[in-house]
Amino acid sequence: MDNVKPSVLRLEDITMQFGGVVAVNNLCLEVRKGEIIGLIGPNGAGKTTAFNVVTGVYAPTNGALYLNDNLIIANYPRGKMKEFYQGENKGKYTKSMILSPDRITKMGVARTFQNIRLFKDLTVFENVLIAKHMNIKANIFSATFRLNRKEEQWMREDAMSLLQILGLDKNKDDIASSLPYGKQRRLEIARALATKPSLLLLDEPAAGMNPQESDELMHFIGRIRDDFDLSILMIEHHMQLVMGVCERIYVLDYGIKIAEGNPAEIQNNPRVIEAYLGVDE
Amino acid sequence: MTKKTKTICSIIAGLVIAAFIFYVGEGVSSSSMLRTVLQLGTIYALVAVSMNLLNGFTGQFSLGQAGFMAIGAYTYAVLTIPVDKKANVYYLYGIADSLANVEIPLWLGIIAGGLLAAVLAAIVGAPVLRLKSDYFAIATLGFSEIVRILVGSSPFNRITNGSLGLNSIPGNPSYYTPFIVAGICIAIIVLILTSSYGRAFKAIREDEIAAEAMGIRLSTHKQMAFIISSFFTGISGALLAMYLGAITSTTFPIMLTYNILLIIVIGGMGSVTGSILAAFLVTAAKEWWLRFLDQTMMIGDFQVPLLRTGFRMVVFSIILMLVVLFWRKGIMGQKEFSWDGLLNLFKRVKNRLWGTKKGGTLNG
Ligand SMILES: Nc1ncnc2c1ncn2[C@@H]1O[C@H](COP(=O)(O)OP(=O)(O)O)[C@@H](O)[C@H]1O
Ligand SMILES: [Mg+2]
Repeated sequence: MDNVKPSVLRLEDITMQFGGVVAVNNLCLEVRKGEIIGLIGPNGAGKTTAFNVVTGVYAPTNGALYLNDNLIIANYPRGKMKEFYQGENKGKYTKSMILSPDRITKMGVARTFQNIRLFKDLTVFENVLIAKHMNIKANIFSATFRLNRKEEQWMREDAMSLLQILGLDKNKDDIASSLPYGKQRRLEIARALATKPSLLLLDEPAAGMNPQESDELMHFIGRIRDDFDLSILMIEHHMQLVMGVCERIYVLDYGIKIAEGNPAEIQNNPRVIEAYLGVDE
Repeated sequence: MTKKTKTICSIIAGLVIAAFIFYVGEGVSSSSMLRTVLQLGTIYALVAVSMNLLNGFTGQFSLGQAGFMAIGAYTYAVLTIPVDKKANVYYLYGIADSLANVEIPLWLGIIAGGLLAAVLAAIVGAPVLRLKSDYFAIATLGFSEIVRILVGSSPFNRITNGSLGLNSIPGNPSYYTPFIVAGICIAIIVLILTSSYGRAFKAIREDEIAAEAMGIRLSTHKQMAFIISSFFTGISGALLAMYLGAITSTTFPIMLTYNILLIIVIGGMGSVTGSILAAFLVTAAKEWWLRFLDQTMMIGDFQVPLLRTGFRMVVFSIILMLVVLFWRKGIMGQKEFSWDGLLNLFKRVKNRLWGTKKGGTLNG
């Protein structure tokens, strides 16, 4: 087992229920270091909800979540908690653990949103600069009186180099909402990278792009994985897109994981084909 | 415009403003309306910029300004009224023993006013800032009323002098005091807003979920903005007490908060220069240009209807409503004053007036 890459993210029995809707049903999923993993499924399958659980936006109604093999989120109501206590980590946890999204980001998980959530009225540069704020050492007094010049300069240089990598340096002073759609998506990735993540979650990064643009994007995603030493979990609604870039793929349908495996396995899986049949492809 | 021209323009503009303030201070009679408008406008400018920091820049819609101003004003007054005048001021209820011999320097009194407002903001902020926006507005409004009622209530008679209020409050040592104090405070607020923390505040305004996903802790940052805003609001309250010389709990009604709201909406939520500009405009309108609305007016034998005490405030509320309904961006929107912006404005006006004759403009 020595050659197995260390686990970055692990979901155990994650269930997310909204009233009567079970958006995610008993999902188990793992991302290992350096992998690019696809999470696919028809619209409404629960993919975005799974992201929201991982990033702390929702507390799961059941299940546990590990980051780098550390338990960070756990909720086992209805007697299951007891079961949980019997394991090897007995006595280690309290009943339920939740973390706010900012804490999870600080642990190295960054994300983009399906329906772009930029800071619309701020400039492109400010958007990225804001993501550098979380690691600021200066308190509000020293920041106000500019006693942290070095730090501020370092933040700006870092933000600027990210804009260059994403090809947005010419748009530095543009208002974010004035950018064309494709660039807004790229800005969101730049902003996520600015938090220095080890795990990047991309929610339909190619949505709204033409085939050529999305092809470029997929190559680009492979590149940033190498350059930034990332593991990537990517949601995609269109199956064909992820086939080329992902090492493993999970397929959700109605909140339930119906298949997992490498692209070839997924492509030939009858249940996957069935789930995608009749869906607007 | 080159950077150099802009700097020169800014220096000239600064000098013109300073010269104007100086001229009004030295050359105009002390009862002049211009003096009132400048001094009061400056105080309003400070409280408007503080309110804007919270409402316009951080997106937390607070309506507690009057309450925090009251805290600042009363703190300043209680701590600075000269010892030998205290017996006179507190003639009815007497003064609390611990305060009988307290008389601190004026500048310290101003800071104390800000500090107490900040401390109270820290205490009420934690629970109140968890509320969703509408409820947050209602809760801060309630807080403001509670402060106003407590300050005028009998258990505090020996500190706040109950319903009688306080007088003999030491006034401005000089005509220039409000300009200097407010100037320094606004400069500090601008520094905060342009720092990394200011950017985080704006991120929260733009999109809380995205801000949180960028690792910004909402609770602490909202709390910071609330405390800072309250601190400077408290200071403006102290300045108001200084300016008025006498205060009672009725000096700080909800209407005061609405006035400040009107200022920041007219100036533009999220624009410091807009707030300052609007503060003077609104103060001039309210204290000067619209005064006639409060006086009964006779044209021959005919009494003009509606014009009587209080009508000014009705007009004011209507203006606020109209601005909110039809002119949400206010004068500046979220932008700050810039020479390029002014130049563009001139060009647009010029095109409107003369450009149309030469056939339509290229840019439509
Ligand atoms: N906050 C919520 N409240 C109620 N239902 C929700 C909420 N978020 C998602 N859902 C429901 O969960 C299901 C899965 O949604 P989602 O995760 O957005 O799907 P996907 O991203 O795979 O298209 C949908 O039926 C949706 O209506
Ligand atoms: Mg989705």
